[in-house]
Amino acid sequence: MSTSSLNRSGFGSPVPLLAVLASGLVGIALALVFFVAPEDADQGLSQKIFYFHVPIALTAYACFGWGAFKALLLLWRKEERYDLESYVAVHQGTIFGALTLATGSIWAKASWGHWWLWSENQLVLFLVLFLFYSAYFMLRFSIEEGPRRANISAVYALFGIALVPVSFLAIRLAENVIHPTVFTREGPQMTGTMFFTFCVAWVAISALAYALYRLELLGKRLDSNLRELREALSS
Amino acid sequence: MISARALEKRYGRKRALRPLDLDVASGSFLVVTGANGSGKTTLLRLLAGLAAPSRGTLEVAVDRGRLGYLGHEALVYRELTALENLDLYGRLYRVPERRERIGMLLERFGLWEARGERASALSRGMLQRLALCRALLHDPDLLVLDEPFTALDVQGAALLDHQLAELRGTRTVVVSTHEPERVQRLASARLALT
Amino acid sequence: MTFLADVATLARKDLRLELRARDTLPAMLLFVVSTLVVFRFALPEGADDVAAHGLLWVALVFTALLGLARAWAPEREGGALEGLVLAPTDRSAIWLGKSAAVFIFLCALDAVALPAFALFFAPVSLSTVAGVLLANVGICAIGTLLAAMAAASRTRELILPLLFLPLAIPLVVGGVGAGVSAEPARFLAFLGLYDGVFAILCWASFEYVVSE
Repeated sequence: MSTSSLNRSGFGSPVPLLAVLASGLVGIALALVFFVAPEDADQGLSQKIFYFHVPIALTAYACFGWGAFKALLLLWRKEERYDLESYVAVHQGTIFGALTLATGSIWAKASWGHWWLWSENQLVLFLVLFLFYSAYFMLRFSIEEGPRRANISAVYALFGIALVPVSFLAIRLAENVIHPTVFTREGPQMTGTMFFTFCVAWVAISALAYALYRLELLGKRLDSNLRELREALSS
Repeated sequence: MISARALEKRYGRKRALRPLDLDVASGSFLVVTGANGSGKTTLLRLLAGLAAPSRGTLEVAVDRGRLGYLGHEALVYRELTALENLDLYGRLYRVPERRERIGMLLERFGLWEARGERASALSRGMLQRLALCRALLHDPDLLVLDEPFTALDVQGAALLDHQLAELRGTRTVVVSTHEPERVQRLASARLALT
Repeated sequence: MTFLADVATLARKDLRLELRARDTLPAMLLFVVSTLVVFRFALPEGADDVAAHGLLWVALVFTALLGLARAWAPEREGGALEGLVLAPTDRSAIWLGKSAAVFIFLCALDAVALPAFALFFAPVSLSTVAGVLLANVGICAIGTLLAAMAAASRTRELILPLLFLPLAIPLVVGGVGAGVSAEPARFLAFLGLYDGVFAILCWASFEYVVSE
């Protein structure tokens, strides 16, 4: 693992460039959202939350998907590095998932006056996923480091991805019978400018997520290299 | 039969086995010695297929069905009788003429009278003998024994001595031990781990 | 087919162990009845059938958890799991054998829980029974695998509910829906889908849960 990860971690790392790029994009997105995009006739300022809430949600899904992909690679190729990559992706996904819940809750309060809405399928789905992936960390940190932990984490991450569509179906079914919809929501009709702003925000959040992912990976790999060096020097 | 190059095993940051090259020809009797923590158990688990190498290569020319392993634990069901345990493994290993073979092994290792006892009721020495029966049940081509003499009583040790002498030459045997003198005369190869 | 023969051997072994020890199943039976009685007191008067069905499923899920926590106990105690992994048996057969035994225990559980529920709360329809049976498949499939994961963890008994409950949510939706909805077929079909997806996933991935 030593030499290849050194190349990946220290010298010529893309992380600083990514960080600058992501910050720049987020800045542009913020500017567009608050100064350029027209205000929604019905919901006013609170509608602006959507420019963040939806991209954050999509990014969370992407992170979980990326984590599951790396998990699959780990089980197939059996290379150590995929374990860390899968873990960091799931970690980022959970952070963005928590943000999804937070922004969703704020939007619900602003639009409907309630901090939580069971009729909002996306929110409920994220709640279930959040519970699921929180357990991922509890599981991971209660197993000793090694191939066993890597394999089990990977299998669990794959279960998570399978849970997404299944949960979504379940929530749809529940909504019809167990929790009949009380609030109807008309999706925001997006004008050209709105759509453009949305896309920019999406790209910005995705770039941010990717930058954070690479940053955390870098940090963890440097930690691990440092430890290896210490061990090599002391023995 | 066994071929390893730069074989290494780590658990996270802990290194359990330092890089190792090894060649074991078919029919050899390899004795592995080393202090506690030198990696004897790890090496034997790698050979048995219970763990995968972290680095390096390991080729073992037999598949799971032709390999017998004895570890530190007996690997039996405590609430099943000695006979039931062996019958279970006999089925899983698809041992031909299962009943006869089980009976023969139980008698050979002095467990016939205790065959209806639950494993939890057996003494440590008898439990180790049961584990030996389990390891030998399917007449494996490769036997991997991790400190087999440790839990055995005097009588059991004598029985194992006899069994190992019988297997020598016709099967490949890898034994790790704290007391190399016991198996010295049988050894055709030695490996000392540091 | 040796795969099925191994599954049968292993399932028989689990049934024999439980019949001999008689500790897990009686505890589960008593637990589910006690839970239903607690729910009777917890529900206010005039609560409808739908609420009662919801509580039935809570009782079933938590009782299943109780049983699953001990699913791999015999393998852990004597180290037998390694013995099984050493054998030429397909690793998925180990999972399937254990799941089959758990399925039988769950059915025994339902044979007591459903009549008790009918006695304390409301009559049980055929679609509820179908839902329970389908959900049992899902519970034993993922429960057995998750219990094996939990066995590798330091916090064994604590972690199993955390792993199991999020995955059990769709099962509860399917089960309750099958019992109370006017269109139980959709919910039963959904349960079938869940079972299919997760059984395949468990079958394919169990090997990695027990390997190093």
